[in-house]
Formats: sequence, C-alpha cells, structure tokens
Amino acid sequence: MALQDVCGLQTPPLFPQWSAPLSQSFMPEDSTHLFGEGIHGEAFSTRLPGRGALSPLEFYMPIAEYLTQSPINFGQISLSSAPTNLLKIDHQHPSLPSISLPSPTPYSISPSVPLPFTLSHGTTTLGFAFQGGVIAAADTRSSCSGKVACPASPKVLPIHSHLVGTTSGTSADCALWKRILARELRLYQLRHRRRLSTGGAAKLLSHMLHPFKGTELCVAATLCGWDGDEEKDEQPITEKYANTPTTQLAASDSCIQSAATQPFIAAPAVCKSPTQQVVKPRSGICGPRVVYVCSDGLRLQGELFSVGSGSPYAYSILDSSVYWGMSVQEAASVAREAVYRATYRDAYSGNNVDLYHVTAKGWRRRERENLKEEYYREKERERKRVAERKTEKIAILKCDDRDIV
Amino acid sequence: MEYLIGIQGPDFVLVAADNVAASSIIQMKHDYDKMFKLSEKILLLCVGEAGDTVQFAEYIQKNVQLYKMRNGYELSPAAAANFTRKNLADYLRSRTPYHVNLLLAGFDEADGPGLYYMDHLSALAKAPFAAHGYGAFLTLSILDRYYRPDLTREEAVDLLKKCLEELNKRFILNLPSFTVRLIDKDGIHDMEKLPVGAK
Repeated sequence: MALQDVCGLQTPPLFPQWSAPLSQSFMPEDSTHLFGEGIHGEAFSTRLPGRGALSPLEFYMPIAEYLTQSPINFGQISLSSAPTNLLKIDHQHPSLPSISLPSPTPYSISPSVPLPFTLSHGTTTLGFAFQGGVIAAADTRSSCSGKVACPASPKVLPIHSHLVGTTSGTSADCALWKRILARELRLYQLRHRRRLSTGGAAKLLSHMLHPFKGTELCVAATLCGWDGDEEKDEQPITEKYANTPTTQLAASDSCIQSAATQPFIAAPAVCKSPTQQVVKPRSGICGPRVVYVCSDGLRLQGELFSVGSGSPYAYSILDSSVYWGMSVQEAASVAREAVYRATYRDAYSGNNVDLYHVTAKGWRRRERENLKEEYYREKERERKRVAERKTEKIAILKCDDRDIV
Repeated sequence: MEYLIGIQGPDFVLVAADNVAASSIIQMKHDYDKMFKLSEKILLLCVGEAGDTVQFAEYIQKNVQLYKMRNGYELSPAAAANFTRKNLADYLRSRTPYHVNLLLAGFDEADGPGLYYMDHLSALAKAPFAAHGYGAFLTLSILDRYYRPDLTREEAVDLLKKCLEELNKRFILNLPSFTVRLIDKDGIHDMEKLPVGAK
C-alpha cells in the first residue's frame, strides 16, 4: 500500500483483503446488505474483507457506543442516517458473532434540496501574500453529521518556523499529512543544510498524496511561507517595513501579538525585501509564497487563495480589498473580516478566527478571536449609525424650517 | 471549461490555451499556464482532471529530457507524441488511468511543423488544426471554413482571434485570457496574451 511505501514499512499484509481500499468494500448503499437478513450468503463474504476466510477480525469484543461513530473531522459531512448498532449476530454463522467496521463518511452530503455544486470541506481558510509577508487565517469549527463536533479546532498548523499550512477536508488526514510533511522538510533541512522552499514543500506534499488519488483521502491545504536565503548577509529590511511587527505591538487591539511558540532558526533568514510599495515586485528566490495543494492533485502557486465551503464569501471580500502594498494591520483586519463574513453566511464555518502572519523572521500567531462578539459589535455599530443618520436628518429639517420661516 | 487550440502553418505551429485554473465554481487562478515545454521545439498542452494533468505532463517532460541527456540529441515531435501516447495507453487499463486531453506541437528540422491531437483514451492523430474542450464544438467549424495549408503567421493569429471571439460570444463560461505561443525553426516564441474580445 502506498502508505507503507511512504512510511517505509516492509511487512506484507497478512490478509490481502485488508489492503483493499475501503471504498471498494463499503458503499453507503451496501450497509443495508450488511445488516440485513443475509439475502445472499455470497454477498456477505464478498463484501466484507476477510469474511470468507477466518480472519482475526472475527472475534467477539464489546464495543463502546462512541467508537461506532465517525471520527471528528473538519467539516466532513456524513450521511446522518448511518446506523450505529453494528454489533449484530451473523445469522449465517451463529457461532461467530462478529463486528463490521463502521461505514465511512463520504465527503459529499445529500441534503433534501440538491446543491448546484458539490460542497466539500466545511470550513473557511484563506491565505494571501503582500509586501509585509503572508497572512493565513481560518475559522475554528469542526462539523460532523451536521453538528458542531468541536468549536475550537486549530485549522492553521505551523509546519516549521517559516511555513504554516491551512487545512481543509478531513481533519485526521490533514493532521497526519502535515506531520509527515514537517518530518520530510526537517529531514531535507538536515541533509541539505537549507530549508526547502514553499514551492518545493508543496510539490513534495502533492507527490506524496498522489498515490491516494481516488481514495477517500481529502486534504486541501494552502501552504503559506517565506522563502529566505540564509547565506546572504543580514541586511536590514527597509525602514518602512522593518518595524511593522514591533510598532504594531504598541498599537490598538487589532494588532498582531507575538505568540510564536517555536524558536526561530539561528541564522535569521533576512533577505532583501522589495523596496517598492505600490509596484508588485517579482522576487525570484526569496519572499512570501502561497501555494495551494489538494489531494486530488491540484497544485497552484499564487498570491491569494481561499479554500472551503465559506471560500466564495471570503473571496468576494478579499478580491476587492487585498493589494500588494497594504500594511500589516490592514491585511490582518481584511483577513479577519473575510473569515467573519464567511462564518456569517456559511453554516459549516464559525466560532473563532485564527490568524497567522509569516515574515522573514518566522510566523507569529495572533490570539484567537471569538467572532460572536464581532457580530454583536457590528450590530451595535449599525444601530448607532442608523440613530446618527436619523438625528442628522432631523437637524437638517430643523435648519430648513428656520430658513423658510 | 478548459480550452486548447492548435493551428499548423507551412513552417510554424501556433498554439493557445486558456489561463483559468478552476475548482468547482471558483476560479482559483487567472494566469495559469497549461503548456509544458518538452524540449527546445516541442510544447505539450495538457488539460483534464485536476492532478492528472500536471503529474502526467511533468512525467513526460522529464522523460523527454532524460532521453536527451542519455542520447545526446532530442526526441523528434513525432517520437515524443508516440511516446506520450504509449504511456497514456499503458495507464488506461490500470487502476489509475490518467484522464488528460493533450495537444503536442513541435517543429522538426526534417519533417517540419507538426501538431498532434491526443485524447484521454490515447487516440493519436496528426492534424492541421485541433481543439480540446467544450469550446472545440464552437470553433472547429470556423477552423474548417477558414483554414488553408499556406497560412502566414498573421493570418493564423487572425484565425485564432476569430475562434476566441466566437467563444466570448457563445460559450457559457468566462475565459478572460489565453496564452499564445508560436513554434518555428527558431524555437518557441511567446506571443502576447490574447484577452477575449480582442479584434
């Protein structure tokens, strides 16, 4: 199996049927066969792996209820009608009470009203590059079977000191593959004495995921990083941008607070940052990078990406407000607003927003913010604005009356 | 959704591809290049399923370059086209077929220009002009009507513009810009990107 190749395991599978991909043996519509009366004896033995021969799976074991439910995942929306009582006596072989494996959670939902397009990845994540680095932001809601499984899950995972990745899809898959990617990047760094670029990391992840194409693995990540050249001398970044992280710290609450928990690399990767403010520089080797990698093989390098069910809402905010010359504060507030608007409209995004900022010095994490408060603040602002406009109108009318009279 | 077109002249091949990289209903990228340079005078245009295109095209690209390293000279366009077709056919009846549609355009010193049409079932045909995608339904008859084997470069670009105008007029999806390249005995030349609606 491909995973064995990736992890270097050499043991051949004891029962080859076990290695069959899950999608072959389990379709949601097959669940009726599994729990039925055993319409065709052959149907049982061919459908379940290891059923024909006496495989070690067929032993009695009491199963706790929660284990039969699908695992928590990021917006993996399963068919809500999955039966949970999987401990059944097999009528064909009454001496062998056996357990069947829980049915998988396909990532396309079947709502009562059909959607015009397939909705996978119930989340909102975004990443964009600008003159001050890269901003990565995401909501924190994990949903499962139409319910919120976890309201505070981290969807932006740091991979190394200068690279963060936003995750979308199955949370277990994302967590695993992020760790595998982090391991591979660390090995590369140790072997070659330099960090692999963001594009290289994306290519590596894409090639690692390629053998799983067609299976139910679902990972859609945006890698946001800063590619630096560590051999260059430490050149101070131009005055405009040098103090943006530190000056913002003294500023109002919408600034980036340094909560980076990882130590930076010993030789800080400071490269010549672009000096133009308005013109977009085409930096070849170093600078901010955003690359989108998807488990179906898509790999795109660009400057602005948003992934997930809330991404159309986020795109409409980002497309009009993001430009290369924006300041760090502006970028953070735009990212936050985009996630907020997406969580407002999208049912599968919500709760909090996480924001990361990657610069030449590494990534910095902003404190998680609860968007519920933002919603009430906005309502309050709206109410105030309406009241102000009303008083203005009354004042104007009064002036007019005075003039006439 | 995606569109490729190729027009062969007496001593050149003109190829164009749209620049949209989409994921369900969202345009993720507006300046995506769908052409892969196999060698100094061969271009592979590749559209199809999301990951398969890049994987397959890069595989062919690296193998063509490996051939050059091993043998000292480059594969001819006809040989490269047949090599691509063979690989596509080998994977067709495996568990992981590549769902890609290709145009291979090249210039050979001995044979002259060549345009090869290949589809996801690994059918290969050398054609004077070809197109892939839903847009092909709209533009092939324009090519049938106006194509002549002795087109000049300007006439070929005009013909291409006619096709793109028709797409703009009748195709339901928005394809705002196209990458255009020309291959002749001097190699591959980038031409300016054609926005749809250009006259």
